This record gives sequence, C-alpha cells and structure tokens, in this order.
Amino acid sequence: MSQRTRAQELSQYDEKVARSSVSTQNACKLCAPLGASIVFRGIENCVPLIHGSQGCSTYIRRYVISHFREPIDIASSNFSESSAIFGGGDNLKTALDNLARQYRPAAIGIATTCLSETIGDDVHLCIDQYRKERKGTDIPLIIHASTPSYRGTHMEGFHEALRATVETLAEKGPCESTLNLLPGFVSPEDLRHLKEVFTDLGIRFTVLPDYSETLDGESWADYQKLSSGGTPIESIKRMGKALATIQLGNGLGRSPSAATYLDEGCGVRTHVLGIPIGIRQTDAFFNAITQIFDIPLPEKYARERGRLVDAYIDGHKYLFGKRAVIYGEADFVASMAVFLDEIGMVPALCATGAATSNVRETIVSALDESRAQNVQVIEDADFVSILEACRSIGPDIIIGNSKGYFLSKRLGVPLVRVGFPVHDRVGGQRILHTCYRGTQQLFDRIVNGLIEAVQEKSPVGYSYI
Amino acid sequence: MIEILDGRKGQVYEKRAGRGDDGIACEKASLAGSVSQRACLFCGSRVVLYPIADALHLIHGPVGCAVYTWDIRGALSSGPELHRLSFTTDLREDEVIYGGEKKLYASLTELIETYHPKAAFVYATCIVGLIGDDVQAVCARVAREQSIPVIPVHSEGFRGTKKDGYKAACESLFSLIGKDDTSPVSNLSINILGDFNLAGETWIIKDYYRQMGIDVVSCMTGDGRVAEIGRSHRAALNVVQCSGSMTYLAKMMQDTYRIPFKRVSYFGIEDTAEALYTVARHFHDLDVLRRTEELVRSEVMRIYPEVERYRRDLQGRRAAIYVGGSFKAFSLVKALRHLGIRTVVVGSQTGSPEDYDYLKEISDEGTIIVDDTNPLELSKFMEEKQADLLIGGVKERPIAYKMGVAFCDHNHERKIALAGFEGMLNFCREVHASIMSPVWNFSPAYQRRRREADDEPTYQSARTIAV
Repeated sequence: MSQRTRAQELSQYDEKVARSSVSTQNACKLCAPLGASIVFRGIENCVPLIHGSQGCSTYIRRYVISHFREPIDIASSNFSESSAIFGGGDNLKTALDNLARQYRPAAIGIATTCLSETIGDDVHLCIDQYRKERKGTDIPLIIHASTPSYRGTHMEGFHEALRATVETLAEKGPCESTLNLLPGFVSPEDLRHLKEVFTDLGIRFTVLPDYSETLDGESWADYQKLSSGGTPIESIKRMGKALATIQLGNGLGRSPSAATYLDEGCGVRTHVLGIPIGIRQTDAFFNAITQIFDIPLPEKYARERGRLVDAYIDGHKYLFGKRAVIYGEADFVASMAVFLDEIGMVPALCATGAATSNVRETIVSALDESRAQNVQVIEDADFVSILEACRSIGPDIIIGNSKGYFLSKRLGVPLVRVGFPVHDRVGGQRILHTCYRGTQQLFDRIVNGLIEAVQEKSPVGYSYI
Repeated sequence: MIEILDGRKGQVYEKRAGRGDDGIACEKASLAGSVSQRACLFCGSRVVLYPIADALHLIHGPVGCAVYTWDIRGALSSGPELHRLSFTTDLREDEVIYGGEKKLYASLTELIETYHPKAAFVYATCIVGLIGDDVQAVCARVAREQSIPVIPVHSEGFRGTKKDGYKAACESLFSLIGKDDTSPVSNLSINILGDFNLAGETWIIKDYYRQMGIDVVSCMTGDGRVAEIGRSHRAALNVVQCSGSMTYLAKMMQDTYRIPFKRVSYFGIEDTAEALYTVARHFHDLDVLRRTEELVRSEVMRIYPEVERYRRDLQGRRAAIYVGGSFKAFSLVKALRHLGIRTVVVGSQTGSPEDYDYLKEISDEGTIIVDDTNPLELSKFMEEKQADLLIGGVKERPIAYKMGVAFCDHNHERKIALAGFEGMLNFCREVHASIMSPVWNFSPAYQRRRREADDEPTYQSARTIAV
C-alpha cells in the first residue's frame, strides 16, 4: 500500500478510536494499587499496605518482582468474609500493628482496593481512630491513597499515591533554592540518570518517588527488611518550600495532583514538561532547569547532545518513514511519539490503556499538522484492539513493554522492549529512556531492530552494511 | 533482628529430639500485615482451571485479577490456546454502581461468538457479590442461547484462602463431568488429576502410561479439553497429583461415579516409580505390571549415572523449600536426598495437619517446618539453618538471591519440565547449575557466610539414600 492511500485510509478514523469490543481482551493496563505500591516503595523506609483481599498484594508483588527482580514486600489487610460484611477496619488496624512491629518502617502507605472501596470502608476515620488508640506510642507515619481499580489504571494509582504523599507531608515555608522533580513512572536507571544530571548541574533537588535503589539495589551482606534508598521523608516535607516543581508528563491531567497541591497549596510553581525522550524534549527539560536556576548547561551534556545529533544522522536512512506502534502509559507513549517524529519515523499507532489521556493533544501540539494526521491514537486500548488496528497500519516496528511480544510474533515485526513491565528479559529495570544518553540508547536499539529485521529476511545474509 | 509475630508462632515448628507431639497451626487465614506469600481464593480456582485450553475464561470484575493472570502458567496445550488469552469485563465505576450484569452478558456473548469455545468459565471476583450481580442467571441465559456450558466459578477473593479456591474450581469442573456416555473408554483407563502440563509434564506422564498399556481418558487440567472432561466419569481410576487441589474432585467422583482414586506424585525418582507402580498394581494385570517394571528399570538406568555425577558436587548441601502445596514438598525432600542435599527448612502455603505430620516424620532433626510463611521469616530461617539452596517460586527468588543462596523455580510459571524421570534430570541440572555457579563468589552474603563457616567444622552428616 502506498503512503498516500494509507493516509487516506487513516483519515477515515475518528480522532480517537474507541475499541469495538465490550470486554477487555489482553489488557494494556494494570490496576491502581500497583501504581500506588511503586510510589510507596520509592519513599525511604516506607512499606505499602493494600487494604483488601490477600490476592491483590500477592499478585502485584509477583508482577513487580518479575520486572525489577528485587524483593518487594507489600502487606495486605487480608479481608475475610466477615470484613467484607462488617468492614475491614479491625483488619487494617491489626495489619498496621503487625507491620510496624515486624518492619519498623518510617511510613506505611495504604492503598485501597475495589473491595474496600465498594463496601465503603472509611479509611480516614479508621486511621484517625488508630492514631488516637495508639497515642503515646511510636507509630509510623501513615499515608492513604484511594485506589479502587474500577477507577482508572495503575497510573491513576501512581499519581493518587503521589498526591496523597505530598499532601500528607509537604510543608509550606520560606523558599529554599531546591527543585522538585515528579518524574512519573520511569525506570530506576532513568531515576539514577536524572539525579546524576541534577548533581552535575549543581542544584539541590528532591525526586519523588525515587525507587532507583529500592527496586534496583545491590547484592546484600545481610538480609534487609526493607531495601535501602527512596526519597527521605524529611525531603518530602521540604518539597513545599522548593523553588519550582518539574513534572514530567501531564499526569493524566489529574487535579488535584501532587504538583497542583505544591503549586496552589504551597506556592511552588509547576512546570509540566514531556518526558525528556529525544532531542527536543530533552532540550526543553534542560532549558527549563537552566532558566529556573540561571545556570549554564554543563559541557558534558552539550557533548552528549552533539554525539546524539551525529548518531541521528548516521542512522537516519534506516528510519525514514518507518511506521511504529507504541503502547503503554499515556505520558510515555506521547513522549515516545514526539521522539519518533523528530527522527523521521511515523508513530502510526499510539495506544494506551487509559480511558482518557492527552496523547492526542500532545501529538497535535508537537507535530506538524500534516504529520499529526498520520497518527492514530487509541485510548482504553487492549492488545486485541491494537492487533486489529495494526492490520491496516502495517507497522515496521513495535515499541513497548514485553506484553507486546505476541503482537510482534503475530505480525512478524521486531519489538523494542521499553517501559514496564519487561517480564521476558533481564535488565528491564536498567533500561535508560531519558535525556540525551537514554535517547541515544533507544535510538540505537530502534535502528538495530529495523536493520536486523531486514537482515533476517535477506535470502543470502550479509555481515556488512 | 527479625521477630516472629505472636499470631504466627503456632505455625512454626522445629523438629527436635524429645519434643512432644505438638501440632502445627495451619488452614487458617493469613495474619493481616504479615506479607503472606499466598494469594486469594480467586487465585486457587484460576490456577486449577487455567489449563483447560478450549474453554473461555472470563474474569468478571475490575481489570487487576485478569491482567495479573494473563499467560501466567507454563501450562502447554497440544491444540487450542484460548486459555493463554486474558478476558475480563473490566468493570468501571458506573458498572459498580449500577450493576455489571449487562456488561457480563454482552462480554460473554461477543467472546463466545468470536472464539467459539467449548465451554466458558465465569470467575466472580471480590466485588461481584457485593454489587449484587446474579452471575448464575447470566450464565444460564448465555448457556441456553449459545448451547455451550457456561459455568460460574464462585471465586470472590475474600471468601477464603487459596485452598477454598481449589474447591470452587473442583465444583466447576464437576459440573462438566458426565456429559458423554457414548465414546468408547477402555477398562485399563485412568484420569490424571492435578497435573497442569507445565512445560509439557503431562505429556511425559501420559507417555509412561501409554508404555504401560493404560489409557488416559482425561488429564482434566493439563492440556485439558472440555470433551475429555465430559467422559472422565467412565475411567476406572483417578490418579491424583497435587492432591491439595484435586482430592476434593476425586472424592466427589468417587461418591457419584464410584471411581476409586490414588494419590501420587511425579517428582523425584522414588515418587515417580511409586506412582506408576501404584497404578499398575491397581489393575491386577500382569502385562501392565511387567511393562511398568521394564519402564521404571530402563528409565532409572538411563538417568542414574547423570544423577550420580551431580550428587558428587552437591553432597552435603542444605536446602530450604517453600512451595504452594505440601505434597510437592514431600517429594522434594526425598528428591533432594538423592542428591545428598538435606532439607533444613520446609513449608507450604496450604498444608493440612496430616500433611505437616508427614513432613515431621520424614524430616531430619533440626528442620524447621512452617505454614504460610513470609519473606522476613523465610530469610531468618534460611540464615539460621545456613541454607545453600531455596526451592520456591518467583516471589521467593529475590529472597534467595539477595542472601547469596542458589535457587530452583518449582512454581507454575516454570518453563522446564520437572516431573517424571526426565524431570528429575532437569531438576538436578537446575539445582546443580545454580549451586555450582561461580557468581556466588562475588556475593557479599555468601562471602560473609564463608568467613563465618571457616571457624566451624564443615557439615558432614548429610543423610543420603542409595538408589
């Protein structure tokens, strides 16, 4: 099919294509308490507690462990039939007691479930009672996020936990010359790199959440109850006094959010930027920081940028006009689409499991109108609807988490594994996606994926290009 | 310092000479806040029914329960692979308020019309009962309209433990049995219950029975098919592995169809041989018995030299075992002895009092036996007992690795067949590859243990049983 007829065919689609099936088939999203648990493990000495059935915490642990390959202890209030009828308050208090006793955490992050929310458990009241009953004893700090899985995806859970954490902890006060970074759901390697950037820029910062060590730590000499690392609670308290907040991604446009609380409640100005993937979005990221702090871009990053431009040029012919399918979290998909566009690829299909997102808006604002028309966005997507859409798109490459493996196998198209989860390879936690360096790695993997696909199809093979 | 919570002390037992015959507390709900390794009732029913490959498995509820169980088991199929897809009604807030029956009906109808399954299972998750959906009525209507069995599985997570989920699955399976009274079924025939065809294990076992001259009517839940289950009531014997999950079904079939059952295990040389002999003896057929003897002899002869080679490297090591069902634990204790490995910690998620009595009987002095343990306890016991190896699943793996301890995955995600004689060889290779790897030399925990062990005499008293 020529480019022209393909474009004509695509123009028949509505701006946002809804999937045709009633049921969800091979979901392209996870449930809200998973996102909240990731955030809580990104806080120093904080243990997540899921208020619901035992299975919720165990399934989430299994899913998360298979990606990060690290211990991640998530407790459960373990509902029984009687708690479903009479309320889970007693179980929650027992769970808080047992967790405090066994783990000695600084904080416990409670994420509710569809079960506790449906029966209408008043978790706030329960926490208040618990605090009163335990008055005089040393109890951990308690954070509560409302995360029923019928309301949004794991990213709603992620942002809700972030909001709850900041609202519980952040304090107003005289401005300290620090920067808050709300990086969204990026990899531990991304978090380490972003921290390295701030250190190199010589600015003081707080990254929330920071699971760069807790979910990708070293080998131990002695077993640790809770992996070390995470954003210190003291630092979260001081987020209300920062000079500015940078939020990567639009955070599903939620309000109130951690950023709006810091902005409206504490007077810390928020800058919403795309996840820094690709040169333009990374430039915007560095520009924002260097302007806020009135500092120059270090030579190291100028050189990384220069090398990346050089690589773009070296690889451009393998990429031009190649059609990609991208799926995953909305912010991630949107930023990835902008990156693919700047290297000459067509982000032909952008799919997210979120029911509403700003993927389309981001693409329209970042891409030339004529190119934005070539992009089909599916919200509330599942992998069966993505496969259906692929039939008319004829993609050359698939970019997303490992759950797209079947898509890739079915279509005979290479898959570049990015994001979360990567369950069928080692090292998912160490994939770097962000800034010039992360873009460089993504770029090489995408080009090589395309080169390899052509090479594999050659009847004679070759060892030189 | 890791402490054992008061509410859990009765579930931990250390075998010591002269200790009274006190039992182990078990079969109770996990303690709130204890970070149990167990899942819920839904999980129990989902794992059992999962390998029925030509059935539709629709999970009625919000998205989580479906997405975390998508393609979760290594259960292979020789034909249709409908079981490897994940279907859910993915309930949203409006449906939670106004009811999910309409969406359930529409989802079932569209999926059955798209995929043409031979039956459909509808798993009710936590909130379905709470919002008042009449799942039974929707299933009955769709069954009438589509002319296939549509079976509700009462699997609300909070209604009990994983073990109660097994029961719910058995009840659902039972409703598929007795549908076919015409296809020919041999007198020398069995059903295999509780094997899930992980990495093709059912095929290994089925081949043994074929060589023995015994027909397998249905594997129920390993490479399972609805039609085979429908005629399974006419087999002469039920052979139950993973008896924690499937004994309930065997008992129902015994009561209703008068089919006797035998409990077996296909893990390890002894237990595999004993399983095959148990079945052979049941039929009082000299030809079957002779063929079984030949099979066992030739298989043992085939694998024995290699097992011996591994044993030379592994003699004297110590193992911790933490698995879902205690029957697997029994077999593993015995299989490890063949490798000269002593079990120092052993536990399960779902053991019964009788199971733990038997574990006490077969365990060595000093062994810790534990029910429904958690990561902190497990790390404490492994440290105290100086385990060199942990056998468990994905959730246990990082505990072992962070402790600088070897690991063997014996859970349902595994991609390597561990059942039968061939499986014993794979098991030996797995254990050997992890224990003998040179990477442990870099592990701080391993180095620390080596330093501490230099002051102590090396462990010499591994008890081994000759083949």
